[in-house]
Amino acid sequence: MTLTMRLRAQAHIETPRLETPFHPRLAALDRVNDWYNWAGYKAPHALDDTELEYFAIRSTASLFDLSPMVKYRIEGKDAERYLNRLTLRDVSRQKTGTVQYTAWCDDAGHVLDDGTLFRLAPDVFRLCCQDRHLPWLLDSAIGFDVDIREETEEIAGLALQGPTAFATLKAAGLGNVASLRPFQITTLPAPFGDVTISRTGFTADLGYELFVPSEHALALWDLIHAAGQAYGLRAIGYDALNRARIEAGFIVAGADFIGADIALRPGRERMPDEIGLDWLVDPAKPHFNGRRAILHARRTGALKHVLVGLEIEGNVPAEGAIVYHGRSREAGVVTAAIWSPTAKRNIALASLTRPFGTEITNDLWVEIYALRELSYQKMMKRAVIVPRPFVSLPRRTANPPGLF
Amino acid sequence: MTSSDTPTPAAGTCDVIVIGGGHNGLTAATVLAKAGRSVLLLEAAETLGGATRPYTFHSGFRSPGLAHLLNRLDPEVEKALGLDLTRDAALTPTTVLAPGRPAVTLRGAYGETVKGVTPEEARAFAALRRKLMFQASVLGRFLRKAPPRLDGAHLSDLLTAGGAGLKMLSHGREEARDLLRMLLTNVADVADEFLTDDRLKALLACDATLGFRLGPRSPTSLIGLYYRLTGEIGGKRGGQIPASRVAQAFEAAAHTAGVTIRTGARVAAILTERGAVTGVRLADGTTLAATSVVSALHPRTTFLDLVSPAECDTGLVRALTHYRTDGVTARIDIALDRAPVFPGAPADAATGRIVVARSLGQVEEAFNAVKYGRASEEPALEITVPTLADPDLAPAGRHTLSILAQYAPYRPREGWGTEGPAFVSRVLSLLENVSPGIGATIIAAELLTPDAMEERFDLPGGHWHHGEMQPDQLLVNRPIHALSGYRTPIDGLTLAAAGSHPGGGISGLPGLLAARTLMAGSRP
Repeated sequence: MTLTMRLRAQAHIETPRLETPFHPRLAALDRVNDWYNWAGYKAPHALDDTELEYFAIRSTASLFDLSPMVKYRIEGKDAERYLNRLTLRDVSRQKTGTVQYTAWCDDAGHVLDDGTLFRLAPDVFRLCCQDRHLPWLLDSAIGFDVDIREETEEIAGLALQGPTAFATLKAAGLGNVASLRPFQITTLPAPFGDVTISRTGFTADLGYELFVPSEHALALWDLIHAAGQAYGLRAIGYDALNRARIEAGFIVAGADFIGADIALRPGRERMPDEIGLDWLVDPAKPHFNGRRAILHARRTGALKHVLVGLEIEGNVPAEGAIVYHGRSREAGVVTAAIWSPTAKRNIALASLTRPFGTEITNDLWVEIYALRELSYQKMMKRAVIVPRPFVSLPRRTANPPGLF
Repeated sequence: MTSSDTPTPAAGTCDVIVIGGGHNGLTAATVLAKAGRSVLLLEAAETLGGATRPYTFHSGFRSPGLAHLLNRLDPEVEKALGLDLTRDAALTPTTVLAPGRPAVTLRGAYGETVKGVTPEEARAFAALRRKLMFQASVLGRFLRKAPPRLDGAHLSDLLTAGGAGLKMLSHGREEARDLLRMLLTNVADVADEFLTDDRLKALLACDATLGFRLGPRSPTSLIGLYYRLTGEIGGKRGGQIPASRVAQAFEAAAHTAGVTIRTGARVAAILTERGAVTGVRLADGTTLAATSVVSALHPRTTFLDLVSPAECDTGLVRALTHYRTDGVTARIDIALDRAPVFPGAPADAATGRIVVARSLGQVEEAFNAVKYGRASEEPALEITVPTLADPDLAPAGRHTLSILAQYAPYRPREGWGTEGPAFVSRVLSLLENVSPGIGATIIAAELLTPDAMEERFDLPGGHWHHGEMQPDQLLVNRPIHALSGYRTPIDGLTLAAAGSHPGGGISGLPGLLAARTLMAGSRP
């Protein structure tokens, strides 16, 4: 091999972080140069001011590049049966043209990841998630007539979220999404080709997710971005989205729970019931991975943790704080926390060690350390368990969608 | 066909269905039937016995079964089944033949006396034998009960472990240290440490690795020898007798106990629903309902072929696909027109077993080939003459020779069609070396390669131990952790063959312990 050939073969080293198909547009709008690594892709924490980006989600419309989300295409004669064994919910009851929020576990009943399952055709599914799982998905396919392929790079995705999301789509010529109910999927023609649109999102607001082949990414962006100008559309980064998702009470792999195949330390894995996903588990459906372990843990009371929503006095976010019972006994840890601008409450998600959070729910406190100019201010704040979501907006599910 | 006087129960009327009429399936079925359960045993072949089932390899000539020696039939199994195969049986000798050198003969239980070596070497062997026997007696304590469980200490497990610990210390700290030092080492280092004679070293190398995909220098290869020495015949550890009419004895015990037996009844599927057994479906489409099914088949057959993957967890399937079960031993059955002669060997050598191997190095080199998908240039041979124990296996005056030849890969790179004939001729020329002129008396020779064993005996990989027996596939991990201890994640489905603790060989222990586990409801 000549030196030139060697160098050419090493070209990927030049870009250790991949750029998404929307990167040219993001880079052009970016004012703060604050990027992070999302599954190997360069993704913005923020493009501009995070407060403005957050309020775009809640007051007008926001555009978020979700292309780095890991996507698997699962198709074949046994696709439904395969997914029914893989995931917690009953896939045989999922209609074509709908999306199901779901999760999947290992044999021990520990959650590997959560994600959304798109049923694009009777035998064609797309599974979207945070972490990569191809070896697990392929090993799960032993004995099934099913074809599994990662299509993260081939499919570009945008989340259009906020009260004027529908108005924006209408202005973009995609007004036919009007009939789309939450968790439904449709495919609509755009000038450059078809766009697959689902009424889903991570914000608890009115919103849609749009998918196109990567080569149409920029055309899609331009179409939506231009149409949204009259509706206060703003491109956003993850920090703003994260605030909205905490308000929605959604959990994130790697933050609110650690995938069982990623957790290094014993005892860090979580069962569905330990991260608020007990409602996904369907004991009445045919066998699925982890079923035996989950039902056994339920029967024997072996569940160790519970995920709760907390409302904390004051206005200092309790990120990473330790939760105490009676101000002294450790009861758990806060996994996500913000001052919620919409709920006007200081909210948090916390992983508590049972019986705290289940039998013992009173007298909870969080210890917040706030670094204030070279000095920690230590605060012991009262915390109350409250239902999730923290923010519930009628416009999220209104039919037809509001034309704000 | 129904080979029993008892009528076949209609679907749903038996307590337990046992799949597989090998000796372990027969053991489990018999033990359950004796305990009052109504048991239906389903065997795919037309005759029972599995690896102990005689087969015809040439017109008029039969092999006594894939297993040609008994060296570990468990006394508890014999007692539970009322067998009488080993009582009063005279232990047979082992003779090592290396061309150009005098024969070495071990008599009694694994060489209580050794002939053909110097007095110093005989003493060295006795010292090594004593040590290995002691160590095997410590380890053997774990074989006659279900493997310990890791999900909470049980008193009986602690007692076993404690008992083994005390036993280990009973011979002094030095012996205890030696056990821990040697336990996971390889047979070659141990042989080199104690012995100088190549023939004895070669014998240990062969005995430690026979049936395993290990060379004598492979780490943990000593375990194979320990395992052999935990076996006993007539109360003598390390003893051996010819395997003769073994299948008939187990079959008779099952009949006596009232087991309903259906041969020619291949099970196509184990039916389950939401994690519990509901019955079996036969190859002819018949469905038999049952809430308790005992599978005395290879664990991979049970879980990858018979149970739907949709009813198992991914991790279990994944672990089973990585389960090492590629056999490395070929069987060659030979029809002879007269009794074989082994010059230089004692007159009764042929009543026992004859091991043809020159040195430890030869066995190691023989193993090298199989690593790269080839059959050994100079395989090691274990030879028996089954017709000496059971003349009915051949026409009057004629004889059979049973040879285990190691190493022979499961699927050689060139394919057995190419490798086979050359391999057989190499084996026959090795045979000719130790029995000059035998070639002219050969009527027929049939090669049974691992892949042919797989086909004929439903042994995935052609591995007669139902999977390698290294530490990662033993005890709480036999065959894999999720399936250890006979119970399975499928309620009502029990494993009962060599793929379960304690492992392979004609011991009957997996079948016995599985039946006890099933009857105990929790564990024996």
